[in-house]
Amino acid sequence: MGSSRIAFYSLLVTLVLAGLWAGSASAQGPTPTDDEVNRIAKQLYCPVCESTPLDVCPTEACRQWRDLIRTMLAEGKSEAEIEQYFVTQYGARVLAEPPNRLATYLVPAVAILLGAFMLFRGFQMWMKPSVTEADLEEAQPSQDPYVARLEEELKKRK
Amino acid sequence: MIANFGYGVLVISFMVTLYSVFAAIYGERKQIPAMVESARRAMLLTWPLLTLASLVLIYLLVNNHYEVQFVYEVTSRSMPTYLKVTAWWGGQAGSLLFWSWLMSAFASLVTLRKWDRDREFLPWVIVVACVTMAFFIGMNVFFENPFAQLYQTFDGVAAHTLRPADSILFTPEDGRGLNPLLRHPGMIIHPPMLSLGFVSFVIPYAFAIAALVTGRTDDRWIRLTRRWTLWAWLFLSFGLVLGGRWAYDVLGWGGYWGWDPVEIAAFMPWLTGTAFLHSVMIQEKRGMFKQWNMLLIILTYDLVIFGTFLTRSGVLSSVHSFAQSAIGPLFFAFIGFTLITSVGLIIYRWDNLKSEMQMTSLLSREALFLLNNLLFMSILVVCFWGVIFPLISELFTGQKVTVGPPFYERATSPLFAALMLLMGIAPLSAWGHSTIRTLGRAIWKPIVGAVLITAALLATYTRNVGALIGFFLVALVILVTVYEYWRGGYARQRSQGENILTALWNLTGRNRRRYGGYIIHVSMMLMAIGILGIEIFQMETQGTLKQGETLSLSNYELRYREIAQWDDLPSGVNYRRAVLDVYEGDEYLGQLAPRIDYYYDSQQNMTIPGQRSTMRDDLYVLLVDWEPVAATGATFKVYVNPLVNWLWLGSLLFLAGVIIAAWPDKERERVAVPVKKPVQQTSAAD
Repeated sequence: MGSSRIAFYSLLVTLVLAGLWAGSASAQGPTPTDDEVNRIAKQLYCPVCESTPLDVCPTEACRQWRDLIRTMLAEGKSEAEIEQYFVTQYGARVLAEPPNRLATYLVPAVAILLGAFMLFRGFQMWMKPSVTEADLEEAQPSQDPYVARLEEELKKRK
Repeated sequence: MIANFGYGVLVISFMVTLYSVFAAIYGERKQIPAMVESARRAMLLTWPLLTLASLVLIYLLVNNHYEVQFVYEVTSRSMPTYLKVTAWWGGQAGSLLFWSWLMSAFASLVTLRKWDRDREFLPWVIVVACVTMAFFIGMNVFFENPFAQLYQTFDGVAAHTLRPADSILFTPEDGRGLNPLLRHPGMIIHPPMLSLGFVSFVIPYAFAIAALVTGRTDDRWIRLTRRWTLWAWLFLSFGLVLGGRWAYDVLGWGGYWGWDPVEIAAFMPWLTGTAFLHSVMIQEKRGMFKQWNMLLIILTYDLVIFGTFLTRSGVLSSVHSFAQSAIGPLFFAFIGFTLITSVGLIIYRWDNLKSEMQMTSLLSREALFLLNNLLFMSILVVCFWGVIFPLISELFTGQKVTVGPPFYERATSPLFAALMLLMGIAPLSAWGHSTIRTLGRAIWKPIVGAVLITAALLATYTRNVGALIGFFLVALVILVTVYEYWRGGYARQRSQGENILTALWNLTGRNRRRYGGYIIHVSMMLMAIGILGIEIFQMETQGTLKQGETLSLSNYELRYREIAQWDDLPSGVNYRRAVLDVYEGDEYLGQLAPRIDYYYDSQQNMTIPGQRSTMRDDLYVLLVDWEPVAATGATFKVYVNPLVNWLWLGSLLFLAGVIIAAWPDKERERVAVPVKKPVQQTSAAD
């Protein structure tokens, strides 16, 4: 009785394992090409070398990471899943941009807008309110001596 | 012994610069001319002293004195002599010494040439130059001694300036060798060129501070340093371009610019320097924005120090390594000190720096220059934020992040496009006044031309909107510039009776700054063509080939012919060199030979691409992987980089433009000579 139960469980385990193997084997597609691997590696940064995208990093570690991407692609993992795997393993620094986009872009955007606003207020302050377009048009020829002379010269010689 | 002598010379140089600072300040305060003269002579002494220290270092480098830590770290027996000399700036301690040496040369040049003319400013110029120099020499003397020697003690081998008790000198058999990436000809010229740019920007800054201290806040300091600034800008720009070329040839990622923090560190002072070059013209022509110009040159100076700091303090790899590095916090303190002092001086002189004239039109040249400044500063903000964001993130959240090219490209491309548009409009606007009508009259022809060119590109080359906008702007700027140039030449041809080529030549000669500037604008547009080409149209593929197999990309087909591996023992390099036949359709174009060079001394690989370069595109092949024992073949990565050659062509034209703009002007000297002949009728083109 005891031995037949062991035999039954052994068979069950074998079947389950075989089923799992068959399942994983059927999920494996053709070997991903280098270009498919690089397309994902390009989005990731080498966790060891500073500022080097994974697709061009020449170190041995990075070669292994590229092979890992290839294996994961062959297993049918999506691009997002692979990226997530690397982030979990090595931290957010493997991404080309910080995960929190808003914080990254907000500060320079606000600073630039502030600069533009200050310049705009500056223009308002510096401009003489009395000067109109018509005055400018009239005054224009005599203002910049170079341009005035050039225009005059061209008029005369044409 | 000789190393100790070198260190001694450094210590003396440090004391001499300090003396010069104090003597200049004391002499000027107490009005003792002899004291000021003594400060000047002390400063003049720094160049021979630092030259001597540098010669000692070069002697040690060339003669394999591996007991000196710096020599051990950057050279090896297999390196040729010229590389041993250039290893001077191949490591931290040496590059700091190189910095000080250049600084002393420039400071001496300034005070030797026109001492009497600039008598009022020069004591303060000496103070600024010597404070900067003292800081850098101090780094060498106290923290990064290039002459420190290796000593064996009970605890092991360590570098010391002076021999510790119970130790013996330790001389390694061979050095570790220069990083192979730094052995490329581009890398031999690129760092000194950048340093030249960095250091020469100290001179206009020194004059600005002198103007603030003395209260002579008119545009005299700007006129005195105009040429310096242009040369500084040239060196810095060319240093950046050479760095790009070096990256393209050596780094093996098919590009020239990776928005790496080290690159950005050199790019930031270029941005403020370029803004400064434009905005000083407003002050010269209209007497406006004096405070702003002061602020720009101060920013440029501190960004120069910040650039050196970023690359030298270790702060980029981690804020923690920054805290551990001896020189990081000092750089930080020095930047803080100079920034606060300089801005304090501006505030002190605020009223003296008030504008003499008012702005009259939003479309005037000065208003457009201010917009140009806003754009440059905006790009600076993006760059600065991108560089410091990872540090801030690590400091406050403990999370390390990367700010890579996508951020910079997305954030700066609209700003660059706006700058190009401005480059198209501004040359047509006038100082003082311009209206929509006057500008419209001048610009409609170039706009029509640019639209036609863009339509032709749409029909034949690309439908990419970004590229079309870019090409439209390039065409507009080039047409506007050529149109302006031609109008000037035409006027001169008619008035002087010269043929058009002579007229254009003389026109440039008489208005070097204006037409040099125009040539620079055109050169920037040629560079933009290259940048648009590689950024938008780059193609790549990778594959593992057996002999005789082919890989295709764009119009090209590459057939793997053979591979060879051999040792070059005298140079200590192992070469793996593959040969591929290149075809375009049925046409055989020749062979390409990508390589992997392995340097035994530093145990590093260098990937040298095989390149076929035309004005249409570059075919760029890398040997990614090959193992002699494996039968799988060799792996190649192939890029097609359209139009990238325009980038290098543009940089050559750029060089010509800056040289024209900065060429010494003989006109003023001629004015000083009494003219006896009747004055000829002047022409607009003069």
